[in-house]
Amino acid sequence: MSEALKVDKEIDIRGLVCPYTFVKAKLAVEELQVGQTLRVLLDWPEAAHNIPRSMAEHGQKLSVKQLDEKQWEIIIKKEVED
Amino acid sequence: MELSEEQIHRYSRHIILREVGGKGQKKLLSAKVLIVGAGGLGCPVGYYLAAAGVGTLGIVDDDVVELSNLQRQIAHNTQRLGMSKAESAKQTFEALNPDVQVLPIKTRLSKDNVLELFRDYDIIVDGSDNFPTRYLVNDACVFLRKPLVSGAILRFEGQVSTILPYDGHCYRCLFESPPPPGLVPSCQEAGVLGVLPGVVGGLQATEVLKLILGQGQVLRNTLLIYNALNVSFRKVRVPRNPQCPICGEAPSITELMDYEQGYCQMG
Ligand SMILES: [Zn+2]
Repeated sequence: MSEALKVDKEIDIRGLVCPYTFVKAKLAVEELQVGQTLRVLLDWPEAAHNIPRSMAEHGQKLSVKQLDEKQWEIIIKKEVED
Repeated sequence: MELSEEQIHRYSRHIILREVGGKGQKKLLSAKVLIVGAGGLGCPVGYYLAAAGVGTLGIVDDDVVELSNLQRQIAHNTQRLGMSKAESAKQTFEALNPDVQVLPIKTRLSKDNVLELFRDYDIIVDGSDNFPTRYLVNDACVFLRKPLVSGAILRFEGQVSTILPYDGHCYRCLFESPPPPGLVPSCQEAGVLGVLPGVVGGLQATEVLKLILGQGQVLRNTLLIYNALNVSFRKVRVPRNPQCPICGEAPSITELMDYEQGYCQMG
């Protein structure tokens, strides 16, 4: 997925821990139209692994980037209505 | 409708399920379910539906809490002896979840009030303890074409079935009319293991949630029989009966009727 991609929605869930990280990301994805893109900013290490895995299981496309030691960015493109 | 932060926390284990999600949770919060009876079955059904965030629960019961109820009717308690069961259930369920509005209906169902009482609800749950009510509830749901989740318990055995009128069987497809009172167990024989309604009511609540969410299969055209002593679950197929006196091709029952009371009540 290209980094220059236009983002339709952004959520900042720094400070949240599992499972609320996934709960928030999932609710944000539900609000997207198919084809739209969400950027998630987070600082809970476990979630940087788990959110992409669960989203992929739900059929969404994504990429993860570590921004610094404690921050990650996940880009989720909604591929299917779930 | 937007979920509040508190609701996102309360229902987080629903929201992360693919089959529920925020969308499904909003469906639950907007759903209206009527529970007939706040007894052995009605208590666990209402308890779990309230916990799940089903937004409106009507509870029909004209009895008061008695000591012998407390061995199985878990929404009531020792301090509430003598209180209306519908009112006691309201206090318990609203204390569990303030998102839920519980409407206590302290009346006995009859052919004169049943259609009016059922009309505004999406789904009816039968947790009644007697045959006249069971048949009246079935007939009213057929006439109103409303989904009905039916449950029954006796001794160590329970039954659950989901009736989708004209899209599956109804109670009369299986048993055309109530057994004569003499063939029903007498009060001395009508014991029930206290936990049994918890299992059966849990299954009924599950059926209700699936109907609201539109997920999975329900017990349509099926009677599920649970035996607590053998730990057996048996699914009996109950096809729709073309000769059914109410939902068949040439129905003989075209208006509601009240059967005599006089059966032992054991719910
Ligand atoms: Zn029928």
